[in-house]
Amino acid sequence: MEKEKLQWLFESMYRIRRFEETMLEQTFKGKSMGVTHSSDGQEAGPAGVCAHLTDKDWIGSTHRGHGHCIAKGLDTKKMMAEIFGKSTGQCKGKGGSMHIADFSKGMLGANAIVGASIPLAVGAALSSKYNGTENDSVGVAFFGDGATGQGVLHESMNLASIWKLPVIFVCENNHYAEATPVEYAVSIEDISDRAAAYSMPGVTADGMDVFDVYEVAGEAVNRARKGDGPTLIELKTFRYHGHFHADDPKKYRTPEEDEKWKDRDCLKIFEEKVIANNSMDLESIKKIKDLIDTEMIEAVEFAEKSPMPNIEELYSDVYVKYKD
Amino acid sequence: MTFDYSQTFRGSSGLPNTDNIPGSEMRYRDAFNLTLRQELDRDPSVFVMGEDIAGGAGRFEKDGEVSYEEKDGFKPLDAWGGPFAATKGLIQDFGTDRIKDTPISEAGVLGAAIGAALTGTRPVVDLMYFDFVTVAYDQLLSNAAKSRYMFGGQTKVPLTMFARSGAGTGHAAQHSESFYSMLVHIPGLKVVVPSDPLSVKGLLSASIRDDDPVFLVNDKKLINLNGFVPDQEVVFELGKGRYLKRGSDVTLIGMAYTSEICRKVAEKLEESGVSCEVVDMLSLSPLDEDIILESVSKTNKVVIVDEDTPMCSMASEISSIIADKGFDYLDAPIKKVNSPHTPVPYNRDLEFSFMPSEERVIKAVKEIVEY
Repeated sequence: MEKEKLQWLFESMYRIRRFEETMLEQTFKGKSMGVTHSSDGQEAGPAGVCAHLTDKDWIGSTHRGHGHCIAKGLDTKKMMAEIFGKSTGQCKGKGGSMHIADFSKGMLGANAIVGASIPLAVGAALSSKYNGTENDSVGVAFFGDGATGQGVLHESMNLASIWKLPVIFVCENNHYAEATPVEYAVSIEDISDRAAAYSMPGVTADGMDVFDVYEVAGEAVNRARKGDGPTLIELKTFRYHGHFHADDPKKYRTPEEDEKWKDRDCLKIFEEKVIANNSMDLESIKKIKDLIDTEMIEAVEFAEKSPMPNIEELYSDVYVKYKD
Repeated sequence: MTFDYSQTFRGSSGLPNTDNIPGSEMRYRDAFNLTLRQELDRDPSVFVMGEDIAGGAGRFEKDGEVSYEEKDGFKPLDAWGGPFAATKGLIQDFGTDRIKDTPISEAGVLGAAIGAALTGTRPVVDLMYFDFVTVAYDQLLSNAAKSRYMFGGQTKVPLTMFARSGAGTGHAAQHSESFYSMLVHIPGLKVVVPSDPLSVKGLLSASIRDDDPVFLVNDKKLINLNGFVPDQEVVFELGKGRYLKRGSDVTLIGMAYTSEICRKVAEKLEESGVSCEVVDMLSLSPLDEDIILESVSKTNKVVIVDEDTPMCSMASEISSIIADKGFDYLDAPIKKVNSPHTPVPYNRDLEFSFMPSEERVIKAVKEIVEY
C-alpha cells in the first residue's frame, strides 16, 4: 500500500476515535443540545471503505454517522459546531449530531430513521447510471445490524440488483441494535449470506482490521465502477460505548465481551502491523496523533466561540420557494 | 393569440376566454399524458418510475406480438400504459431508462427517487393508488420533505409524485383514499389537486419544474372528464386557487373532484335564484388563503366541500382560517361537507352516501343562504 494511503487510513481512524471521545466529553459537559451516538470502536469500517471513494461518490449514513462523515472528508470544526447547535455548523445548527450532511463531499446525510438512508444511496447510484457516470460515482449505503430488520433494505437490495446499480451495501454489524443483541434479532450468523437472495456477492470482513476492510471494499467499489453491480459487505465490529451517550452498555453486555473486542482495537491492530512490517514508524504515528489532538481542541474552541443561529433560521430552508 | 389562464386567479373577474385559442377538447387523462410527454421532451433530467407504468417490463412487442427477446423492429412492451393509461406510449418513445417500470416496492422506489433527486435528476414517481402512499410514508416524510431543512438548506429535492385518489369506483377501503391532509400536514412537501384537463396540464408542468417535492393527486372520478386544453405551454403558479364561477350569495370551496361538484351545484342553484361563487383550490400546500378570504368577504357565507374524512381535514383547516382571519365577514356558520369518519365502503349505495354529493352541498347551501 502507498505510504499516503496508509497514513490516510490511520489519520481517519484516529480522527474518528478522538472526535467521538471529544464529542462525548462535550456532551457530558452539556455542550451538545441533544443525544449523541458514538461510533468509537468501529473506525476501521468507514476508513477502509471511504479510502476508495472520491467527492463524486455518494454515501448514505446513520444516526451513528460521525465516522462516515470524517472518513468522507467533512470538516471536524463544522461537525462539532453542528453538535453544539451553532450557526457555523455543517447544517447551520438545524440538523444536529444525527443529521450531518455535506453534499459537496458526496455525503447524503446521516439519517436517524433506521434503514431510511439505504434507498438514498441506491438513488444516487441510479442517477450515476442514468447519467452514464458509474465509473466516476458510486453509492455506498452504511447501515447497522439493526437495519437488517427493515423492509426497505430488502427493497433497496433487490432494486440495486435487478437494475445492476453501482452500489455497495455496507452493514456495520456492531452486534447490538440499541440494546438488542444481534443473535436475538437476526436469523443468520453472517448477514452477508443474505446477498445470495439478491444474486450479488456477499462478503464478511473483520471490521476491526482496516486492512481487511480496505481489501474487501476495494473489490466491491471496483465491481461497481466497472458496471458489474452491487455488493453486500458485512463488517463484524463493536461499539465501545452504549447506544447513545447516556446508555450504559453494562446493563446488557458483560465486561468480558468488551475486553475481547478492545483487545482487537482497530488502532492497536494497525499500529502492530505497520510497525512489524516497517511501513510506518512510531514517530510518524505520534506526529499524526499530536496534530489530530490539536485539531480536536480547535474544533471545540471553534464550536464554543461560534454564534447561535438567528431565530429567523427557524423558518428558512423548508422549501426552495413556497409563497411569494 | 395566447391563452391567459391567470384570468381565473385571485383578483380576477371572470373565466378564461378560450375563443380563437389554438387547442382542443380532451380527457383529463390525455392532458396528463401529453403534459408528461412535453416535460420529458423539454428536460433530459426528467424520468418516470412506477409499478407497471408500461407493463410487461423487459419484454418487447411489434404489432401486438409479444417477444421475450429483443428482435428487429420490436419495441419495449407497453402492455398497460400505466394505471388508467396515464403513461401510455411513453416507453416506446422515451425508452426504458426514462420510463422505468419498478417492482412493487413503494418505499424503496420512492427512496431511490429521493436519492436521485438529491444527486441531480428530476424523478417523477407514479405511486398508483393514493392509499399506497402510506407504504412509502417514511421516505416521503423523513427524507423527501425534511432533507433540505435538516441539512441547513444545502440541498433540494426536485421530485414529483402522483397517484389516484377518491371513492366512487367500487375500489373499496384500500384503493379509494382522499387523505390530503396527511400530506398537507408535512412541512417541506407541496400538494396539488387538479380538477380538470386544463389544471392537470398547468399543475403537472409546474410540479415537475418545481425544485421542491410536489405530490399531485389525481381524483379517479376526473380521469375521463373532458375539457378544453390549449396547445401552448401552461405552467400554473403553485399555491394559487382560481374561480370557476363568480357569484354573490354563497362561496363554495372545492378541491379536485369536489370542485366539479361545486361547479354543478352553482349552475343548478343559479336557476333557483341563488348566486354561488365557486373557488377551486388547485393547490392545498401552499394554500391560497387570499382567494378564500377575498371570496368570503364578498359573499359572507361559505360551504367547503372535501372528500376527505372530516377530522383534521382540509375543510377543517380552511374553516379555521376563515374563523380566524375572516370572522367579521361571516353572516352564517361555516359549513363543511366531508365524507363521514369511516373507511370507504364497497357497496355502491353505501359508497355514494359516503362521498360528498350535489344533494349534500345543496342542503348545506340552503341551511345558510337564508340565515
